[in-house]
Amino acid sequence: MKIAVLTKAIPSYESSIRIDSTSKWIDESVVNFVVNESDSYALEEALQIKEKLDNGTEVVVVTMGSQDNTSKVLKDGLAKGADRAIFIQNEDSYTDPLSIAKLFSENLKDENFDLIFSGLQSDDLGSGQTGVLLGELLGMSTATLGIETDIQDGQIKIKRELESGWFQWVTLPFPASISIQSGINEPRYPSLKGIMGAKRKESKVVDGQLSDSPKQNFLNLFIPKTEKATEKIEGDVDGIVAKLMDILKNKLRVVS
Amino acid sequence: MILVVLENQRGNIHAFSKEAVAAGQSLSSKLGMDLSVLCMGENASTLKEQASDYKLQNLILADHDMTSTYSADGYSKVLSDVIKDLSPKYVIMGHSYMVRDFLPRVSAKLDIPFVSDIISVTYDGDSPVFARQVFNAKLATNIQSDSSSKTTLLSFQSAAFSSDNIELGGSDATTVFEVSINSDDIKSTSEPEFQESASGVDLTTADVIVSVGRGIESQDNIPMVESLTEAMGAELGSSRPVVDMGWLPSYRQIGSSGQAVSPNLYFSVGVSGAIQHVVGMKGSKNIIAINKDEEAPIFEIADYAVVGDLMEIVPKLTEELKK
Repeated sequence: MKIAVLTKAIPSYESSIRIDSTSKWIDESVVNFVVNESDSYALEEALQIKEKLDNGTEVVVVTMGSQDNTSKVLKDGLAKGADRAIFIQNEDSYTDPLSIAKLFSENLKDENFDLIFSGLQSDDLGSGQTGVLLGELLGMSTATLGIETDIQDGQIKIKRELESGWFQWVTLPFPASISIQSGINEPRYPSLKGIMGAKRKESKVVDGQLSDSPKQNFLNLFIPKTEKATEKIEGDVDGIVAKLMDILKNKLRVVS
Repeated sequence: MILVVLENQRGNIHAFSKEAVAAGQSLSSKLGMDLSVLCMGENASTLKEQASDYKLQNLILADHDMTSTYSADGYSKVLSDVIKDLSPKYVIMGHSYMVRDFLPRVSAKLDIPFVSDIISVTYDGDSPVFARQVFNAKLATNIQSDSSSKTTLLSFQSAAFSSDNIELGGSDATTVFEVSINSDDIKSTSEPEFQESASGVDLTTADVIVSVGRGIESQDNIPMVESLTEAMGAELGSSRPVVDMGWLPSYRQIGSSGQAVSPNLYFSVGVSGAIQHVVGMKGSKNIIAINKDEEAPIFEIADYAVVGDLMEIVPKLTEELKK
């Protein structure tokens, strides 16, 4: 069986996010790029399936973006145990989900993957569409928010997370594209052996220029306006605690 | 024409769909377009009855045995066929988990854009501009669909529009759309929806909630927040990452996949304020947030923004409360 895992390099939670001079993207020079959180869970799920089946299953980590931002992501995937990598290289930051999915589709269609796993959404653009769009473009069945998987003969059973604590099991025939919810497993850390071995694994680089014009366009990024009149409290710890006590006791009256 | 598609939620119109109707009415009046509402899939005819009071031009029923339970295959096929037939300029739904599951399929099938999780709409002349949050809600972006697009799919984040603003008055016409679908179209099989065993902790009725996020850094620090919770006589909640790490059980989780709460006081500790969390607590009457990151999006909705180190503040505050 062949499993692709889509992974993305995104700014870390701690990174400072500044709008760049074009106002259409962020200043990447001050950002630390890391693996998108739910993608780590997607990779772990694929690796666990490979270990369980142990019958020549291949896990291929796939990413798109610039060399600088993504090289760490690919190395991390290979070091954790992916067999090879496909890197769709482009230096521009694409924002249209459908164009992005078409690029994946064009570059992956000849691979004939049985399964494609992706994180449920990227923590930068957050559209949450790539896995489903790609599944449709490749004629696969699709499911989202997988929180448990069970490989059966020629099909996969997935526990889908619904809203407000509800769940549902769905069964999809192969080939299938499934987005994975975070928390489904415990992502591993790469071993030293894995890190050394990653250097010898195949990493295929393909050109990632868009072949189609975007269907939707970013006009400008902006800093969201505060919805409320927020009172800022800062300073030394004693001062902050005294102020909080005053608010809790006298303003909100939630403690006596 | 603007087409709003209703979603079933256990026998009733989904709350997000009602907000989508309000969104559709707003767009249709701004753009001078007719509004149609489509009832399809699970409980389609019940949804149609429930929607009969809404002010709109056409109420459409697309009912079929093969879509009487949800499947991404079936729903995307039916909605694609309706769009091909009616060519609406905009198709509007709430940004529910179901919409995330099947609406991208329609986008890819018809080669049309899907602008998802919209928080507000402004207008550039006759052309709507959609705002959505990006970079974990630290920034937002304005998006326009390409002018060549015959149809654009839209999904709205909860509370972007209020269902209180729905105009009533009934529909001018009702239409039946003949659904054409066969068993080859649906490859997946679905089992009934279920809830995991209930925990006994109902955060929705709590007056005060102390909520802990990834800023707590380690499971070893959870007792520190539990002490604060106890000293405040509050219930303990959490954001998703804390549950994913296994530091707290899932019934503590607040947000789109957990519980939606609106306490008198929401006291958040090390919660960054990702969209998925905020939709579950933004109805809180008062919000105090402690975070060391001055740019944490939780501060945008907080009444009191405490910029500081929770590891120092929480124990001291607990001590004061116990006095």
